[in-house]
Amino acid sequence: MSVLAHVPTGSGQSAPLPAARSGRYRLLPYLLLLPGAAWLFLFFAVPLFQLAAASLYDPSGSLSTGYALTWAFGNYPEALQAYWPQFTRSFLYAGIALVLALLMGYPLAYAIAQKAGRWKNLLLVCVIAPMFTSFLVRTLAWKTILSDNGALVGLLRDVHLLGADGRLLATPVAVVLGLTYNFLPFLVLPLYASLERLDHRLLEAASDLYASPVRAFRKVTLPLSMPGLVAGTLLFFIPASGDYINAELLGTPNEYMIGNVIDSAFLVRLDYPQGAALSFLLMAAILAVVFVYLRRAGTDEVL
Amino acid sequence: MGHDAPAGDLRLANLTKRFGVFTAVDDLSLTIPQGSFFALLGASGCGKTTTLRMIAGLEEPTSGQVLLGDRDIARLRPYKRPVNTVFQSYALFPHLDIFENVAFGLRRRGIRSVGDQVERMLSLVQLDGYGRRRPAQLSGGQQQRVALARALINHPKVLLLDEPLGALDLKLRRQMQIELKRIQTEVGITFVHVTHDQEEAMTMADTVAVMNAGRIEQLGAPADMYEFPATAFVANFLGQSNLLAAEAAGAGGGEVAVSAHGGRFSVPAGRARADRGPVYLGVRPEKLHLVGSADQVPAGHQHVTGVVTDASYVGVSTQYLLRTGWGSELTVFVANSGAYGRLPVGTQAVAHWDPRHAFLLHREPGEHDRTTPVLDEPVGASS
Ligand SMILES: Nc1ncnc2c1ncn2[C@@H]1O[C@H](COP(=O)(O)OP(=O)(O)O)[C@@H](O)[C@H]1O
Ligand SMILES: [Mg+2]
Repeated sequence: MSVLAHVPTGSGQSAPLPAARSGRYRLLPYLLLLPGAAWLFLFFAVPLFQLAAASLYDPSGSLSTGYALTWAFGNYPEALQAYWPQFTRSFLYAGIALVLALLMGYPLAYAIAQKAGRWKNLLLVCVIAPMFTSFLVRTLAWKTILSDNGALVGLLRDVHLLGADGRLLATPVAVVLGLTYNFLPFLVLPLYASLERLDHRLLEAASDLYASPVRAFRKVTLPLSMPGLVAGTLLFFIPASGDYINAELLGTPNEYMIGNVIDSAFLVRLDYPQGAALSFLLMAAILAVVFVYLRRAGTDEVL
Repeated sequence: MGHDAPAGDLRLANLTKRFGVFTAVDDLSLTIPQGSFFALLGASGCGKTTTLRMIAGLEEPTSGQVLLGDRDIARLRPYKRPVNTVFQSYALFPHLDIFENVAFGLRRRGIRSVGDQVERMLSLVQLDGYGRRRPAQLSGGQQQRVALARALINHPKVLLLDEPLGALDLKLRRQMQIELKRIQTEVGITFVHVTHDQEEAMTMADTVAVMNAGRIEQLGAPADMYEFPATAFVANFLGQSNLLAAEAAGAGGGEVAVSAHGGRFSVPAGRARADRGPVYLGVRPEKLHLVGSADQVPAGHQHVTGVVTDASYVGVSTQYLLRTGWGSELTVFVANSGAYGRLPVGTQAVAHWDPRHAFLLHREPGEHDRTTPVLDEPVGASS
């Protein structure tokens, strides 16, 4: 396999010593790791460390007077107390959006993977295509769709699903719909990948062994799509629970999620210690949720 | 399981399956007696799998009936049929261990305590102690036995086996053939075994059906079919035959007289599928004997003369090719019993046979001799 073995040794050159060769190959993995590791160190580890320090600054400081690192652990309980509703709301909205996305995404991924035949690639492109426009533009488009004088609200009012002055925009419904829509592809793609590998002969075998279609789904399809399901839910839930664009554009301060609070702490109120503390709390909460979830889902193939 | 069902013969009546304009199974009718070991033998692509899938319910017949006893099950969903399949690809559930794979059918029918039955089934297929392994951790032969156990444990009325031994190497295949036959005798379930291996079909089955292009060419006990094939296809698919193009002049005195390539021969009337017009005069290679000259031919035997063009020693026998005066090469198997010396290539020799071992088959006008040896297994026969 050695590449060097095929390099003709020039007139004056001697072949590299085996020791030197194996030494170079031993280092190779680390060399390949270097760019990524350096990137992560500079743009993830260092800022994370800075953020951790900022979360412990004296809360009475300000950007103009400067901050002092006073190990103010009190920032954490304070932030949590002040923004508890936004915290729970984040996970609630992301959770509801996840359920909706699963209800839509699983059948969609299944149909594309198993039933689409020659339309498979086209349908996949349709799933991915919205990603070619910016997140912001797509969310603004939802603003139009859900607007008070839009066709959708008009229709819902006509069939009395909404009251005469009922609205969608600036309600929790709008925010959850926005989250569902924006993160759906992150759920569908991993699911598609594992459903695509599903051997339909296993379903025939299940049906030959007395499993009705529903049973065959529960006992064969679902367990075999578990890796994709777990990966998809994580890829959906993590960014959705930290999102602030949907609440900002489709909701009101009453629908604000924790992302909005962090956003305003850093960019509006300029309260760095609080913003940093909230960021860490969010991170810890997500890690806890993910950890519990992976333990329950019982798959070691994801991480 | 449990109660004995009324007569459970499996009957296919005018079963037909078309894919678009292509007819994969063509008006198939046959009866498979309850408890028998039935082999469906045919080259790749002749419709064997399609037939099995229609019995299992995985393919809907274009027309015709699948009767179990006197119930038409052709339109029942597969999970409602008392039929189980050992798939060509095994199709074991990769996410379940061996125990759960075998228990799958029982659990789906709501049977709670499956432990004893599963253990018993695993020991029947000699896989005791493998229950906690995953399918991927087993060899091909072991997976095949799991697939068998997974189907058998349900005590189906009919067990369908789709070339279950195709992926195994020769030695393991022979071993599993004996094993399968033993298990079938033990459990007494109707086995419908699909294969393209004529030796496998003949050694295992009570009844063999030879399929060709979606139709049954011939059906019967292996020995009967071998000794007296019904068509030229069967004569060369089950073993091999020397088929000489001949003209029959009708039966008389219990015999049919035929002329072929200037020679006059006769065949007992009971061994003639056709007795007038163009026929094939057939003799199996092992029914031919070789001698040096015509005066050594025993009384009552018939013979043709030729030159030895090839002699391959294959251990138990020597296989000779004898080129006749009109250019066809007859295949002759001579047992290496030590009674005869070897005939070198190039020598003049006479092949003779007892007319009671010959047979006459229908021949389309214009068809020539069929004496070239066919391959033991059809090429590309793995699907
Ligand atoms: N789903 C299908 N669509 C179209 N043609 C098929 C299909 N299944 C089988 N066939 C065709 O039917 C013929 C018989 O197939 P099969 O029953 O699998 O043969 P065998 O098992 O004897 O090798 C083949 O020519 C095959 O190409
Ligand atoms: Mg087949």
